Amino acid sequence: MGKDSRLILDPLTDNNPITIQVLGICSALAITAELEASIVMSISVLFVMGVGNVVISLMRNIIPSKIRIIAQLIVVATLVIIVDLVLKAFAYELSKTLSVFVGLIITNCIIMGRFEAFALGNGPWRSFLDGIGNALGYGIILVIVGFFRELLGSGTLLGIQVLGDPIEKTGLYSIGYENNGFMLLSPMALIVVGIIIWIQRTRNKDLIED
Amino acid sequence: MENRTDKNSYTIIFVIVMVMVVGALLSFLASEDGLNPLITENRRIEKQQNILYAMGVNDNDEGSAVFVASDKAGEEFSKYITKQLVIEGGNTSEDNNAYLIDVKKEQAKAKNGGTRRLPLFVGEKDGKTFYIAPIRGKGLWDAIWGYVAMDENMVVQGAYFDHKGETPGLGANIKQRYFMDDFIGEHLLSKNGDFKGITVAKGNADPKNMDKTDNEVDAIAGATITGDGVSAMIKKDLKLYLPYFNSLKGK
Repeated sequence: MGKDSRLILDPLTDNNPITIQVLGICSALAITAELEASIVMSISVLFVMGVGNVVISLMRNIIPSKIRIIAQLIVVATLVIIVDLVLKAFAYELSKTLSVFVGLIITNCIIMGRFEAFALGNGPWRSFLDGIGNALGYGIILVIVGFFRELLGSGTLLGIQVLGDPIEKTGLYSIGYENNGFMLLSPMALIVVGIIIWIQRTRNKDLIED
Repeated sequence: MENRTDKNSYTIIFVIVMVMVVGALLSFLASEDGLNPLITENRRIEKQQNILYAMGVNDNDEGSAVFVASDKAGEEFSKYITKQLVIEGGNTSEDNNAYLIDVKKEQAKAKNGGTRRLPLFVGEKDGKTFYIAPIRGKGLWDAIWGYVAMDENMVVQGAYFDHKGETPGLGANIKQRYFMDDFIGEHLLSKNGDFKGITVAKGNADPKNMDKTDNEVDAIAGATITGDGVSAMIKKDLKLYLPYFNSLKGK
């Protein structure tokens, strides 16, 4: 069990897919301007990673090594399209919310990275845990970045104004505070991720590469 | 084991089988026997909900945009929408399925030199008449579209925008209440009656939108191109309805 629980816990901290392996940066920059979008994306990736890792793991002995990347791509794309179609038919409202994330999920390099690095060499159960762990590690960073970007960029959290009304000048805004519009742009997401990396490596010197 | 999967013949057979399985699965799901009828039905209901939303028939609570329930949409649609018109060239005719007209196809038709069929929905609510027109254009990544409800002077009474794939948190915010509500009361015509449209403007120094006749609403930070797309589709598509509104005045 000790070994299995590490599969979940490691990606949350010392082997985090975003801050240590620097994967999945593109979607971390793209959709973290709002906390809600970060959470939705995290949950979607959690699902695709869990199921995808198991499917690849079950197929690991029949996938020809020469074309394994294409085979992985087909599996993840098929999965995402099936989920999208089923949602469109049975939960249309939800599918509207998720539709913009579909393209981002397929191209998320964490998913391909875990298929390649883990699921191709391990059994279904361990692959499932690895998928869940990495998706959670990805999700944590997304939520942290989304939290700061939405709070400092729009003065809201999950769409609720927590610092007062910037137009009516109430709350913090009455003493001259202004939203930092720069936080809404992608470069600031990179800087927030950079700060997380900095804090993480200051606390654990073993993570510093030469 | 290694030898078997490394052979070229195995690779080719694997590819053929995989493509056939995946292709069959996906095309079945997307076909008439699979999920397509359900999806088409959902889209039809959504169009009715969009049109109703634009004329103010919705379940909005504070801050968030909520459609009328999908099982009630058909009933409400026939209750509030009194006439569905199709404007083709100079002729106006009634068509009870005008809301199913595909704006994308009509735009393509006009581009190829054909005559575009323009759907217009006339709604009655609380003694007021609404004229609702669909619009469609391009955002940053993909299509954006919407419905704009106007009165007979082309003053906006309500708007609904939607998008296929704008960035969440930035361009995707065109379907947020605070953006759509900004259009209410805004004039599409300039003071001397020419068609001017509504520009989604950065730095218009009017964030509370007190001036409704300036043909401008406040833009969303970080969503310049999506905002420009909204301005462009309003200008291009709603302008086509100007002759109809002018003919209303003549009556």
